[in-house]
Amino acid sequence: MKILVCISNVPDTTTKITFTNDNTEFNTSGVQYIVNPYDEIALSRAIELTEGGKGTVTVINVGEAGNDPTIRKALAIGADDAVRVNAAPRDAYFVAKQIAEYAKDKDFNIILTGRESIDYNGNQVAAMVGEFLDIPSVSIIKKLDVDGDTATIEREIEGGKEVLTVSGKFIASCAEGVAEPKIPNMRGIMSARTKPLAVVDAVAIEEVSKVTKYETPAPRGTVKLIPADQTESLIGLLHSEAKVI
Amino acid sequence: MSVLVYVEQAEGKFKKSVFEAVSYAKAIADQQSTNLTAISIGDVADSELKELGKYGASKVLNVSVDQLKTFVNQAYASVIAAAAEKEGADIVVLSNSFSGKGLAPRIAVKLKAGLADGAVELPSTDGKFSVKKTAFSGKAFAITELTSTNKVIALNPNAFGVKENATDAAIETFTADVKQSDLGTVIKEIVRATDKVSLPDAELVVSAGRGLKGPENWGMIEELAGLLGAATACSKPVSDADWRPHSEHVGQTGIAISPNLYIAIGISGAIQHLAGVSSSKVIVVINKDPEAPFFKVADYGIVGDAFEVVPKLIDALKAHKG
Repeated sequence: MKILVCISNVPDTTTKITFTNDNTEFNTSGVQYIVNPYDEIALSRAIELTEGGKGTVTVINVGEAGNDPTIRKALAIGADDAVRVNAAPRDAYFVAKQIAEYAKDKDFNIILTGRESIDYNGNQVAAMVGEFLDIPSVSIIKKLDVDGDTATIEREIEGGKEVLTVSGKFIASCAEGVAEPKIPNMRGIMSARTKPLAVVDAVAIEEVSKVTKYETPAPRGTVKLIPADQTESLIGLLHSEAKVI
Repeated sequence: MSVLVYVEQAEGKFKKSVFEAVSYAKAIADQQSTNLTAISIGDVADSELKELGKYGASKVLNVSVDQLKTFVNQAYASVIAAAAEKEGADIVVLSNSFSGKGLAPRIAVKLKAGLADGAVELPSTDGKFSVKKTAFSGKAFAITELTSTNKVIALNPNAFGVKENATDAAIETFTADVKQSDLGTVIKEIVRATDKVSLPDAELVVSAGRGLKGPENWGMIEELAGLLGAATACSKPVSDADWRPHSEHVGQTGIAISPNLYIAIGISGAIQHLAGVSSSKVIVVINKDPEAPFFKVADYGIVGDAFEVVPKLIDALKAHKG
């Protein structure tokens, strides 16, 4: 079984998000980058499914050379090899096209991504790759089991879950529940240095979207504190002042 | 050109988030001086389809074929894209629901369209077609310009609101060719907790954290939520410890929500949690630690022990409801 896992290089979850150049660019100064947490879940499940000689896991990232430490982290967690498509990721459409171009003649059985990147929150790449490759895509999955050529998947729906099967090649975006994120051990970290990391060129593609500006949420007013012994007055305030109940 | 909105049905009914997407799509159609067409897939009664007119859809395409009674991501995307082409729709709108998140990217690729998902406002009308969308898990917004001819927008629930715009909706049967290769996924089971409010599109949310001390103490949280008609949610440590299911985890690595009211009980308010809830319209924080960072973003706060405050709130709410 050959699995391809798509990973994003994203700011650490504790990052305070600020912008520069008249709010047109993300301020990368002092920002620590990590493997997107959802992609770690996808990667961890891919490793579980291929452990014990049952297959191989390749990770792919679309980005510039600065992403290599993040890719090495994925190799340390347990991927067998890695590919970086050498281009600044413009939008999900661009990234998905690059992944599809790489994967189209490589015969991967399963392609996994995280449910979304924690920077642009798109959850777009998986379904777009699925469309470019004309294979089924399942978004926001909670569970993935593979038996031969058939995968059984649980996906989240409003107020519940859906259980479905898919035969043959597919791509899925993983959420919490699919696997516990693996933490690299010392052996993994050492071996990651020498695992193959291929760099390939990007293909040209028409632009369909671009971010022109960023905004940060408006600051909230100061909190109205209610003494604990007057707790019941909160209900009145929510009803007549905030008008939400 | 026109605007096409996909209206997702669940067991033959449309939810509020669908009427919201129709309201939003109608506002875009008005901006573009064009008409709004809706497309429904699955078994929906004409009376329910007619409801879409109330929010501005002047035409409803009804796709009711056996193979598409339940959701098949690939095939639904093909049908919606085919309908957009046939109707000459250059803008496709849908709700950024779980299924919407699977459909929108496929439709975008089929139509070679830019996609703005997680949209929170109407597109700009300054000559550029720019849509404000959430980014950095609620810590920021990205103004995204869709530069392609065709455009796809997935609207965040509770971002725009339901707006009535009475129109008489003409219902037409839409015949779609379903390719066998588009039916690769097969649904085996759908489990829906019908007695609960679904979290992503809930207007009111009661959420609790580690301050509750253990899963056995969630009874009062569920009672409070039940009285309010609210959904229940939790913080990451709580779902990590399996006190509550992952589907209730809100925050940067859980789901982002924007209800009208978010009540946080025994949650300190780490930056990752705030990211997922900061676009809530009103935030109430109950925490015994007056220094909890959550109070800085709250509208109302009570410094006190959850085990004393929540039962009082339940009593007050019962009294309020009479």
